[in-house]
Amino acid sequence: MADKIHVQSNINGYDVDFLCESRQSLLEVLRDVLNLTGSKEGCNDGNCGACTVTMDGRIVESCCILGVEAEGKEIITIEGVASADSLHPVQQAFLEEAALQCGICTPGFIVSAKNLLEREPDADEERIRFWLAGNLCRCTGYDKIVRAVLKAGEVMRKG
Amino acid sequence: MNYESNIVLSENQYKVVGTRPVRHDGVDKVTGRALYGADIHMPQLIYGKILRSPHAHARILSINVDKLIDNPLIEAVVTCSDLPEMEPGQENASLKYLRDNVIASDKVLYKGQPVAAVAAKSSHDAEEALTLIEVEYEILNPVTTAYESIYENTTVIHEDLNTTETYASIRNPRNIASHIQHSIGDVYKGFEECDVTVEKEFHTKTVHQGYIEPHNATAFWNKDGRLTIWRSTQGPFEVRETTARILNIDVSSIKVVPLEIGGGFGGKFDPYGDPVAALLSKKSGKPVKIVMSRSEDLESTGPTPGSYIKIRIGANTDGRILAAEALLAYEAGAYPGSPVDSGALCIFAAYDIPNLEINGYDVVVNKPKTAAYRAPGATNAAFATETVIDEIAEKLNIDSLDLRIKNAAKEGTRRPDGPIHPKIGSLEVLKAMKEHHHFNTPINKPNEGRGIAIGYWMNGGGPASCTLQVNYDGTINLNEGSPDIGGTRTSVAMQAAEVLGLQAEDIFPSVLDTDAIGYTSGTGGSSVTFKTGRAAYDAALDLKRKLMSRAARIWDVDITLVAYQNGEFIAGIDHASNPEQHMTFRELAEQLEDTGGPITGSANTNGEGEGGAFAGCIVDAKVDPETGKVDITRFTIIQDVGKAIHPSYVEGQMQGGSVQGIGWAMNEEYIMDNKGHMMNSNLLDYRMPTSLDIPMIDTVIVEVPNPRHPYGVRGVGEVSIIMPPAAIANAIYQAVGIRLNNLPMNPETVMKGIWSSQE
Ligand code: FES
Ligand code: FES
Repeated sequence: MADKIHVQSNINGYDVDFLCESRQSLLEVLRDVLNLTGSKEGCNDGNCGACTVTMDGRIVESCCILGVEAEGKEIITIEGVASADSLHPVQQAFLEEAALQCGICTPGFIVSAKNLLEREPDADEERIRFWLAGNLCRCTGYDKIVRAVLKAGEVMRKG
Repeated sequence: MNYESNIVLSENQYKVVGTRPVRHDGVDKVTGRALYGADIHMPQLIYGKILRSPHAHARILSINVDKLIDNPLIEAVVTCSDLPEMEPGQENASLKYLRDNVIASDKVLYKGQPVAAVAAKSSHDAEEALTLIEVEYEILNPVTTAYESIYENTTVIHEDLNTTETYASIRNPRNIASHIQHSIGDVYKGFEECDVTVEKEFHTKTVHQGYIEPHNATAFWNKDGRLTIWRSTQGPFEVRETTARILNIDVSSIKVVPLEIGGGFGGKFDPYGDPVAALLSKKSGKPVKIVMSRSEDLESTGPTPGSYIKIRIGANTDGRILAAEALLAYEAGAYPGSPVDSGALCIFAAYDIPNLEINGYDVVVNKPKTAAYRAPGATNAAFATETVIDEIAEKLNIDSLDLRIKNAAKEGTRRPDGPIHPKIGSLEVLKAMKEHHHFNTPINKPNEGRGIAIGYWMNGGGPASCTLQVNYDGTINLNEGSPDIGGTRTSVAMQAAEVLGLQAEDIFPSVLDTDAIGYTSGTGGSSVTFKTGRAAYDAALDLKRKLMSRAARIWDVDITLVAYQNGEFIAGIDHASNPEQHMTFRELAEQLEDTGGPITGSANTNGEGEGGAFAGCIVDAKVDPETGKVDITRFTIIQDVGKAIHPSYVEGQMQGGSVQGIGWAMNEEYIMDNKGHMMNSNLLDYRMPTSLDIPMIDTVIVEVPNPRHPYGVRGVGEVSIIMPPAAIANAIYQAVGIRLNNLPMNPETVMKGIWSSQE
């Protein structure tokens, strides 16, 4: 058994201590150590975006980050997107616009899209397509996802 | 643009059916709470990893696991010798194929085929332990395409495949697993009467379903002999049955618990890790989880076949197609079972052709055993038919849509495989295409062209079960056995709600395990909203009858005096116009406990009566003649869905299938080296469409109700993938004047086409 390293970070607003092996990715830590299974593994090499989380406000593919790199960082996963009493506008728009079919890509898309709209709530179709090009969806053909993000942007602009 | 997108051409109006409620499992799926196959955790869980063949074709001489025997990190090791002895009399060939595909015995037939497995406390330890297993192989020559396998190569893949027929022109019939033939009329005479004929050969590559969630299986073999399997699957009952066959145990000793599924498209019916995880669990006494990596998934699970198709179609100057013939050779992969049967069925099924002959060959090659993929076999076939039809229209100087309208199959046309088409929406779809804004907007930009294509898919049905339990607050728990891959909990619940005069939100649907619900065939063949929807409809009728009789008992009147209207039970001599008694659904529900006990409605159906799907697409493509890159600039799909229960999710199926078809057309392929190794088994190099590659996918829902479903539902999931490759090829021809016969139409193929046209 490999030695474990003590890591302290802040995940979804909570200070979290965990032990991880140096070879474990952040995605493995989230899923297997912390039981935050909302982040998904679709490829484990940075090509599908299903594992997308934010680290200090930037989107990262958690399969390409080591667990130990979370030391001192703020991580937001899909489990941290909704508030205690309501869904985030992006989540709400995904529901209303039927922007998910199987839903396995959805956590990654929502984390990415939220990050985009927080910077650019008026992002247009092309900007959205460009920003989300790192997230693969095999079910929807992207049409309804793009519409949902446009709609969420509208809601967020109105505040 | 000044036109309405995503239109629904609707015939009937219902209260719930045809509306767009939020799906029941939606909140779980947007918050990351939904549990998919790989998300399961349980006490003592250990992890399995599979050692896979590094060769595409080899004999296994020995497997040595001695180095793992006393390794403290290792909990269990499994090879084919851990599978039960095959009993004489078990159908041996097909069972051996199934077993060898989960863990090979004497030969490996594709790179990535499992040969051994280990379980350890961590997946990393299990993975490292695989390097300690020693396997000796005698490497054999591989053959990786259907064309090579029967025309060029003499490698024999299965010694025991006894092909008795002999075929002119086929050099190596020993790799043909089966031959299927359909014929109508007299092709020879038919072609003699034609003024124009076009004959072409087509080659397409192996492509994968590409679901974003790799295969997974977690198994626990309890001390009482009961085996539980948790996984994401399209067919829990199919997994139960096949696993039972492989392990030679009773189906009743296996419980399959379907967790949420991250896409399947036909690829998640077959067991892969399940029997292996079960054996590892039996040996270790602990639950074992196996999750495939992406490259394992691409190299070892069933893709859909590459193919070779030769086709000839002829017509007279009036534009009547008089004769057609086709030869289809589809890669089965390592073991028999390509979808050449449905390819052969569909290749001319969209048309009414008086004389035809179709020969289909199921050809084994050294690639993973193919599995179903959305309208299996039909996309390859339509690529051939629909591009040749386009060429005939050009030669006859007739608009290609008019040629299709003139020759389309309709109610009463005999399908090439025998049955007569019942009511199908072919002419309605073609009319909607002709009237669509997209079709009527001229394009005149340089190097941009428009193509169309049509497609037919027969859809599927199958047995299904459903129960409805009334809650005291007037809501209903609906239980079904169909894994929900794209919103079917809701489309099934809506049908029960419609019968009962309730809202979709009053029904709480759940997908149960194989111990808890009656047999339900898998989520495939576009069947769930049709068959499980039918079961829910029937269960709702059953429930309604039982509730009416309870109301009669409460009111102490004869049941014939009770009716249920608009969510209310009423009674009286003349109950419709002058009810003496009223009770809402909820008021009755509240009393059930005290008036005779709870009530459940239930139904099982055999799921017959599916309606075939007919669709067309219109696509604009822009070709860069310098680089060969093709951009899809506008795309419209028009489909007869029978009745859209939840139009948003129907559109989603149409859009998703279209984009998979675009990926197949433009980029996707298994790139194989001469050793039979896949060179691009990752999602960077196996390049599926991203959001940036695709425009909005406009939809037109045409509704020609299926007379054999209470709301007219046809399947909607599959037909949309069939048309894009052909339509895009036709668009490329309009753009730059080259006809492409090979998929994918990537820049290399396009440039080769452009260069050879300049020679
Ligand atoms: S799992 Fe991280 S990008 Fe695919
Ligand atoms: S909804 Fe299935 S992959 Fe996106």
